[in-house]
Amino acid sequence: MRKVAVVGAGMTKFMRRAQETGKELAWQAARMALDSCELTLKDVDCVVMGTAPDAFDMIHMKAEYLSDGAGAWRKPYVRGFLGGGTGVFTADQAWYHVASGLFDVCLAVTEEKMSSCLPHPQGAFVTCWDQYTESPLGTSLLWFFAWEMNRYMTMHGITERDIAAVSVKNKKNALDHPCAQLAAEITVDDVMKSEIMAWPVKRLDVSPTSDGAAALVFVSEDVAKRITDKPVWVEGVGWCLDTMYIGQRDLYYPKYVEYAARMAYDMAGIKEPRKEIHIAEPYDPFDYKELHHMEGLLLCDKGEAPRLLADGVTQRTGNLPVCPSGGLLGVGNAIAASGMIKVAELFWQLRGEAGKRQVPGKPQRGVAQAWGDEMQVGTVIVLGV
Amino acid sequence: MPVDKVTQVAQTKPLHGEIPVYAQYTFGIAGEKFFRELKDNGRLMGVKCPECNLIYVPPRIYCERCFSELTEWLEIPNRGVVHTFTVSHIDLDGNRLKEPVIVALVKFDGVYGGLVHRLGRVEADKVSIGMPVEMVLKSKTKRVGSILDIDYFKPV
Amino acid sequence: MTEKIKVWPGTPLSDKDLAAKKVLLTEWHPNLKYAWDTGMGYGRYFAELKKGRIVGTKCNKCRRVLLPARVFCEWCFRTVDEWVYLKDTGIINTFSIAYTGSMAERLKEPVIPALVEIDGSGGVAIMHLISEVDPWKVKIGMKVKAVWKPEQKREGAITDIMYWKPI
Repeated sequence: MRKVAVVGAGMTKFMRRAQETGKELAWQAARMALDSCELTLKDVDCVVMGTAPDAFDMIHMKAEYLSDGAGAWRKPYVRGFLGGGTGVFTADQAWYHVASGLFDVCLAVTEEKMSSCLPHPQGAFVTCWDQYTESPLGTSLLWFFAWEMNRYMTMHGITERDIAAVSVKNKKNALDHPCAQLAAEITVDDVMKSEIMAWPVKRLDVSPTSDGAAALVFVSEDVAKRITDKPVWVEGVGWCLDTMYIGQRDLYYPKYVEYAARMAYDMAGIKEPRKEIHIAEPYDPFDYKELHHMEGLLLCDKGEAPRLLADGVTQRTGNLPVCPSGGLLGVGNAIAASGMIKVAELFWQLRGEAGKRQVPGKPQRGVAQAWGDEMQVGTVIVLGV
Repeated sequence: MPVDKVTQVAQTKPLHGEIPVYAQYTFGIAGEKFFRELKDNGRLMGVKCPECNLIYVPPRIYCERCFSELTEWLEIPNRGVVHTFTVSHIDLDGNRLKEPVIVALVKFDGVYGGLVHRLGRVEADKVSIGMPVEMVLKSKTKRVGSILDIDYFKPV
Repeated sequence: MTEKIKVWPGTPLSDKDLAAKKVLLTEWHPNLKYAWDTGMGYGRYFAELKKGRIVGTKCNKCRRVLLPARVFCEWCFRTVDEWVYLKDTGIINTFSIAYTGSMAERLKEPVIPALVEIDGSGGVAIMHLISEVDPWKVKIGMKVKAVWKPEQKREGAITDIMYWKPI
């Protein structure tokens, strides 16, 4: 397979409600990504689109609706859809479009507009549950996260306060992100005192719903060498889906993330991720998820992530900066786009272009990961310079 | 306890459900301008891409072909032609309509795109492809900022 | 590159902006209703619930109990071999104390959704609700038993079990 580089990135602000339509957001991000590497739409051979449930916009065939904003006019075009896992998978998809040799330049665009969905986007999730054995019980998607967080805490003896520190870190990191929706200086006590939604999940453990878009440009080695002296290489990709049956999983550990990570690390030739990964952007729609996913990504032992956090290892200035972007907790959760901004963050960090968010020490390699579908897919990408 | 083999066809029954959500849309940057003009001034607007020499109706903020930002707005004459049409005798749920509805794609001279709308003040068997039609607006007080602010298109 | 960009795209709207009618809005209320066939595995599962029994199936190749009952084993990718009746007792695998309902609405009194590992299934859990207990006294590992609807009120649905209570 051919080497593939990321050469451009773009994103919109993340907002509770954008005036722009989804198409317009997609265009803003896609145009910025192309401008950033001085390519035009004419240079683009194919487009991949990531956008999560149609039910948010109530537009079926949503990717087709978004296609002109994504630059897909009369081009090969395909949509990836893995729920919350979509954003990183769209990058994986763009990688194989180019690595396969079929295309030299692939524009990857992700978009989400959740504000259209009323009375609340949660309503769209009602049908994520099994309609026979689960949703008649009055399910809320929050139950799932609460179960997982509870089991994670109980199995390892982790406290709610240990976990709340993730939210504090990420919202603070987001203060330096120009597109952030919920950047803030808060304390562990603030998280603990925030309203209980589904214990142990409290208001400030949770990322917001957002509107926003992000885009990346993936190119073959020849093109990369021609247009930039700072390519960021895709070193590995991986994705894996666990069982649909929630009662057959043990929620304390995301096995599927480990499998996806192993696939990506094998491809990248990474033997010791703890030493070879310099920066991580795991999916953090909830604070416990960052810890959960660090363990699934084999960046620490099971149950050990809270200690790394407490020791300051995962701060921007630590040995393993985690979510230096501010993550979903700080920047926002425009589902598909929020996965892709993690890949964009690696791109900017590895090029030394992350501005105020730049982690010190010239990181050489990073991993980004998203999680979704029926809460049982892991999608991973490893970038390096 | 008794244990059956799976060869027995289970008693099946349907379970009923729905997706209990609705959508509230902003019109976007281009849509806001388009529908405001329609509502407040009764004008049909398009936007031009000078690069590709195209006029988009409905307007967009970007050209889908060259990705340029589009800022050159212009009024479109409210007369067009029937590009194609259908006469619908059923509603969305498949029920028979008392009066058939004529739905057409109306295109405008020199414009890339067009509008899907109803035809009025014409018998179904009198409609033909290529027929010139004219936009009929609702009265200003009844216009809310919607594609239905156009009541229908009628033959010229 | 992020430093070069001074103005990031996107036009945020607040609730105030909407209340002040700063922009036009339009709504779409779809009328979508579904009738989902239960199929063979779930069909029998629900029919048995109506009789006050929990039924699973068993794959003799991997020796797993499949619950809720279904007719093929997704690991071995073959038809299952037998139906197995399970007890209506189990232990709490995990739980939540939920103050939000399915539409993100605030509940006055919390519900206790849980995963219950069914006794005799080899640790397979089903999703259900816990009740008849102070929510803050619930613990992972607690033994629970199903509380059924009276027989004449059962309709062949997962809600034929009203909830599970600690024993």
